[in-house]
Amino acid sequence: MTTDSSNDAFTLRRRPPLERFLDTGFRQLTLALASVVALLLLGIFLTIAEGAHEAIGTFGAGFLVSSAWDPVNNQYGALVAIYGTMVSSLLALAIAVPLGVGTAIFITEDLIPTRLRSAIGLMVELLAAIPSVVLGLWAIFVMEPAIRPALELLHRLLGWTPFFDTIPQGPGMAPAILILVVMILPIITAISRDALNQVPLELRQAAYGIGSTRWGAIFNIILPAAISAIVGGVMLSLGRAMGETMAVTMIIGNSLNFSFSLLAPGNTISAMLANQFGEASGIQVSALMYAALVLMVLTFIVNVLAQMLVRRFSLRY
Amino acid sequence: MTSTQQKPKTYANDVCMSLENVTISYGNFEAVRNVYIDIPHGQVTAFIGPSGCGKSTVLRALNRMNDLIPGCHLKGRVIFDNYDLYEPHVDPVEVRRRIGMVFQKPNPFPKTIYENIAFGARINGYRGDMDELVERSLRKAAVWDECKDKLQESGLALSGGQQQRLCIARAIATEPEVILMDEPCSALDPISTLKIEETMHELKRSYTIVIVTHNMQQAVRVADMTAFFNAEAVEGGSGKVGYLVEFSETERIFNAPAQQSTQDYVSGRFG
Ligand SMILES: Nc1ncnc2c1ncn2[C@@H]1O[C@H](COP(=O)(O)OP(=O)(O)O)[C@@H](O)[C@H]1O
Ligand SMILES: [Mg+2]
Repeated sequence: MTTDSSNDAFTLRRRPPLERFLDTGFRQLTLALASVVALLLLGIFLTIAEGAHEAIGTFGAGFLVSSAWDPVNNQYGALVAIYGTMVSSLLALAIAVPLGVGTAIFITEDLIPTRLRSAIGLMVELLAAIPSVVLGLWAIFVMEPAIRPALELLHRLLGWTPFFDTIPQGPGMAPAILILVVMILPIITAISRDALNQVPLELRQAAYGIGSTRWGAIFNIILPAAISAIVGGVMLSLGRAMGETMAVTMIIGNSLNFSFSLLAPGNTISAMLANQFGEASGIQVSALMYAALVLMVLTFIVNVLAQMLVRRFSLRY
Repeated sequence: MTSTQQKPKTYANDVCMSLENVTISYGNFEAVRNVYIDIPHGQVTAFIGPSGCGKSTVLRALNRMNDLIPGCHLKGRVIFDNYDLYEPHVDPVEVRRRIGMVFQKPNPFPKTIYENIAFGARINGYRGDMDELVERSLRKAAVWDECKDKLQESGLALSGGQQQRLCIARAIATEPEVILMDEPCSALDPISTLKIEETMHELKRSYTIVIVTHNMQQAVRVADMTAFFNAEAVEGGSGKVGYLVEFSETERIFNAPAQQSTQDYVSGRFG
C-alpha cells in the first residue's frame, strides 16, 4: 500500500507499525494456509499422473473400455473397476439421498416431538462413528446372509434383465452398495439437517403465511433455499463412496470379470488399489496409478456437474 | 384489569373476527390473558402498547401462525365466519389462505417479483390470467410503477419499502378476506411508511385490516378502531403478562380514554 502524503487527514494519525504488521502478516498467513490445500491437490495429481505415465503410453484410451486385467500377460484395462465404481457410488447415492434428506426434513420441520427428534439425530451421528472395517465384517456375517433371500427374489423376478441375471452367491455389488448407503447416510443427514436449520425463519413464515401446506413450503421454498448446502454434503459423501476401500473390498467380491449384474461379484477402483498395490510391480503399478487418475477425474467431473445443477435450482437468499 | 364492555353499537352486527377470552402461553409462560376483541368488518383495527405486551402474539393467533412456534398454546375462542379457528377439524392452511399476513421485516421470496405474486396465487388454486393478477395485485399495493419494468428480477433487488409493498401485494394475490400486518413500517423510512399507509386506506375498501404498530401517530392516521394492550407483573409469575386495557374507536382512545393507563400511554407518560 502506498500512502498519499499530501492527504493530511489520513497521515497525521498513523496506525502503529506493529498493528499494520499484524494486519498484513495475518493476510499473508491466511493466503499461505489456503494455498496449502491447492498445492496438496496439485501435488497428488502430479504424482499420480507421473506414475500413470507409462501405462497411459502403453494402453492409451483403450484402458477405459477394456475389461482385461491380466498381470501374467501384462494386459490391463480398468472397465470392471470403473463400471463398479460408478454403479456402486451412484446407486448408493440414489438410495441414501432421499433417505438422508428425508430424515433431515423429518428431524427439522417439527413433524415429531423434540425428544424423538434429538434421539434420531444422535443415532445418525453414532452411525458415522463406526469404523469401516467393522461395517465390512457386519456386512459379511450379518447383512449379506440376511438380504440374500430378497436378492434371490429380485433375480427370479427381474432375471431377464442384464442387471439381475446372475444367481446371488455371497459377496457382490448389491451388498456393497448397501454398505455404502450405511456409510454415507450420516454425512448426508447431518449436513442436510444443518442446511435446513439455516433457512431463515422469515422465509418459512412467508411460505406458511400465504397458505402453503407443510409439504408445499418444504418443497417449494425451504428445500430450494437449502439445496446448495445439501448438494455440498452429497458431493462429500459421493467422494467418500467412490473412495471407500475397506468395507467395499470385504463385501464386493473383487472380481476381475466384467458383469452388468448387480448380484454378481464386482470391483471398484479403490478396492482394486487396496487389494493389489502391495504386491504389484512394473507396469502393474503404473496401471493402478492410471486407474487412480481415472478416479480423480471422475470425481472432478461429477463435482462440476453437481455445481451446474445447483446453480439452476437453488434459491439464493 | 378490565375487558371491553363498551363495544360500539354501530359495528355490533358487522363483526369480522372476535376473540373470546383468549389466553396465549409459550410453554408455561402466559404471554397474554383474557383478551376480548370484536374486530369490525372492512375497517382498520390497530393494536398498540409497550413492547412485550403480546400484540404480535395476539395478531399471530388470528391466522394460526402461532402453530409454527413449538410450545405455543391458546385457550379461549377465536371466531371467524361462524367458526372457532381452533376447533380440531379446522385446517390452519385454509385459515391462512383466508387471513393473510404481512410481517415486520420485509420477507419476499428469493424469486422473481412476478413469481413472488404468482406462487401464492397458484397454490391457492388461481386459474385465471396470471399476468393480469400480478399487475392487479401490484397496483393495489401501490408498487406497480416501480416494478413493472423488472418483473423478472429478484424481489430482493427492491428497496426495503418496495419489498414490503411487494409482500402486501403477495398477500393480496391470494385473495384473503383479512390482512394482518405486524409493524409493517418499523423497518422503513418515513416516505415508504406514508406510501404504505396510503395503500392501507385503499385496501380497507375490500379487506379487513388488523395492524400492530408502535407508532401512535400511525394508529391515529390509519386506524378506525384501536386496542391498547399493557403488561403487568403478576405474583408468582416469571415475567410480565400482557392484557387488553381498552378497545374502542381510535378517536376515543386518543382523546378521551376510559382508563388512566391508556391516557398515560397515549400522552407519552409511563407509570
Ligand atoms: N416465540 C416465542 N417464544 C417464547 N416467548 C415468546 C415468543 N414470542 C414472544 N414471546 C414472549 O411473549 C411476550 C409477548 O411478546 P410479543 O407478542 O412479541 O410482544 P409485542 O409484539 O407486543 O412486543 C413477551 O414476553 C415475549 O418474550
Ligand atoms: Mg411485536
